[in-house]
Amino acid sequence: MIPYIACVLLFLIGLYVVISKRNLIKIVIGFSLIEYAVNLFFALVGFKKGALAPIITSGEQVRMGVARNFVDPIPQALVLTAIVIGLSTTALMLSLALRLYEKYKTFDISEIRRLKG
Amino acid sequence: MEGRLLPLFVAVPLAGAFLVPLLAKLWTRFSDLIANVVLALLLGITVHHWLMLSSTGMPMHYWVGGWRLIGIAMWFDALTALILLITNIVGFCAALYSVRYLDRYSSGRWKFYTLLLLLCAGLNGLAISGDLFNMFVFIEISAIASYALVAFGTEEEEVEAAFKYMVLGEVGGAVLLFGIALLYARASTLNLAHLSQVLIGMGRTPFYWFVIATLLIGFAIKMGMEPFHAWLADAHFSAPAPISAMLSGVFIKVTGVYAMCRIMFCVFGVARAETPAFFNLLIAFGAVSMVLGGLLAYSQSDYKRLLAYSSISQIGYILVALGIGNFWGIAGAMFHILAHALSKGTLFLTSGSVERATGTRNLDKLKSLERTMPLTSWSHILASFSMAGVPPFAGFFSKLLIIIGAISARMYWLAFLAALFSAVTFGYLTKVVKQAFFARKDVEPTKAKESPALMGVAMLVLVVLIILAGLGFKGILDYLVGPAAKVLLNGLEYARLVLGGY
Repeated sequence: MIPYIACVLLFLIGLYVVISKRNLIKIVIGFSLIEYAVNLFFALVGFKKGALAPIITSGEQVRMGVARNFVDPIPQALVLTAIVIGLSTTALMLSLALRLYEKYKTFDISEIRRLKG
Repeated sequence: MEGRLLPLFVAVPLAGAFLVPLLAKLWTRFSDLIANVVLALLLGITVHHWLMLSSTGMPMHYWVGGWRLIGIAMWFDALTALILLITNIVGFCAALYSVRYLDRYSSGRWKFYTLLLLLCAGLNGLAISGDLFNMFVFIEISAIASYALVAFGTEEEEVEAAFKYMVLGEVGGAVLLFGIALLYARASTLNLAHLSQVLIGMGRTPFYWFVIATLLIGFAIKMGMEPFHAWLADAHFSAPAPISAMLSGVFIKVTGVYAMCRIMFCVFGVARAETPAFFNLLIAFGAVSMVLGGLLAYSQSDYKRLLAYSSISQIGYILVALGIGNFWGIAGAMFHILAHALSKGTLFLTSGSVERATGTRNLDKLKSLERTMPLTSWSHILASFSMAGVPPFAGFFSKLLIIIGAISARMYWLAFLAALFSAVTFGYLTKVVKQAFFARKDVEPTKAKESPALMGVAMLVLVVLIILAGLGFKGILDYLVGPAAKVLLNGLEYARLVLGGY
């Protein structure tokens, strides 16, 4: 249970950073924390204590019922995909932050206020 | 029925997106050519599938790699047909319009088309996907493409809007992924049909409602529903005009409304009679969006910002109609998705033409454009009529269906509110027409030249479709909107159809 609570905590910390921080880079870091929390949660879903890595090496294993004692491989595959998506979003977010810095000469979000309404 | 061509909906735009940067090196105009041909082809494939569906009445499926339930499923039914049609019609018109519109940007046009095709690939993939995680991936593909497109002009405002939009949108995406992980933890499957059967077995536990709430927050952010609307106005305001048309006409409806409907109705099996709480929630948030969006639109003096707030209001209409939950209400919601995509698409394109010709979007500075830009002005006026619900345009019938739905569900106050805000819509759109296109005779018109032919054609296609959808509303109701509404009404039928015979 503790790992799951830690995930939710990590998520909330990330959300707090995104909402309360004024520095663009810190917002990106907060967003990364949220990503990690969700990915960790997803990976935990497939975890089984004392189970083997889900690699079948011989037909023998399947017959002997070892295959039942595997970690669920699907969440791992999904988390890999989610990490790739997270990578591209973080990259795009950072490049937008850099562009904003070039235009406004600051990372402070409270000074970046051309848009009103 | 097996649909062997279904993977083309993803493969064609993706192939186009990769071809554009390669061939643009040879000749820059190749990028225009490829994007338009690819999107026209996609529209053709959609119409082909739709005709096949209406003639046989059988939904189509495709199992990627033949892996059945553990692989990726693709599914084409009446609801998919409706969503794909609006996506590809508006997408094609946006590409056609962009050919001349992009002249004002210094960045390479191939970048724009690559991103536009990726956006379309994501939206098409989302619509035909029958797999929960796959839906998430396609939502993210289209969302990332849209963030980059909002920032395409790379001026201060555009980058700022894109950053705000991206932070909010990605938090929404993370919440969605969290919801998907929760669902997988309990059900150990991601196929929508299989998931639906597993969920029926579990009953309506607190867990069921918790997952619904989590997913709903994610989709609410994606569709710009009222408490999460902040990104929408800025993003629509700053994006290039054809992208505003895509975002407002298609993006918020496909990644927000469609994905929510598919998951809530077909997987969770919500129905007005059994889970009234869910529908009342939709009505409450829908009504707030409708009222606030409409009132905020009134007070804007910027052409595009006015249209953006109006989109929030119209999303409210769609949510309210879904919340009514009987056949007329849901058919009204589906019809409104179609009508709003066409008319808001046209309006954003006309706003781009006006800005291109006059260099401003401030309504106080625009005067008597009807004399100098007749085609743009009349496109705007006809689309406004449709938005405001003037017969015989498409928007009239969608609002009529919604009001009929409200009355037959005995929600008279809702029918009254819908009719009232139809008038408000008419009010703020007339404000644009009066100020920008018609003014007192003694006022000198703002200097402007009618937009180039290709831009005109793109607007004209949409306007003609609005009129056709209005005049042939019986056909649309019978062959497109009605069947789509039935898919949602008999949501649990979905699992039986997909899994039937396997």
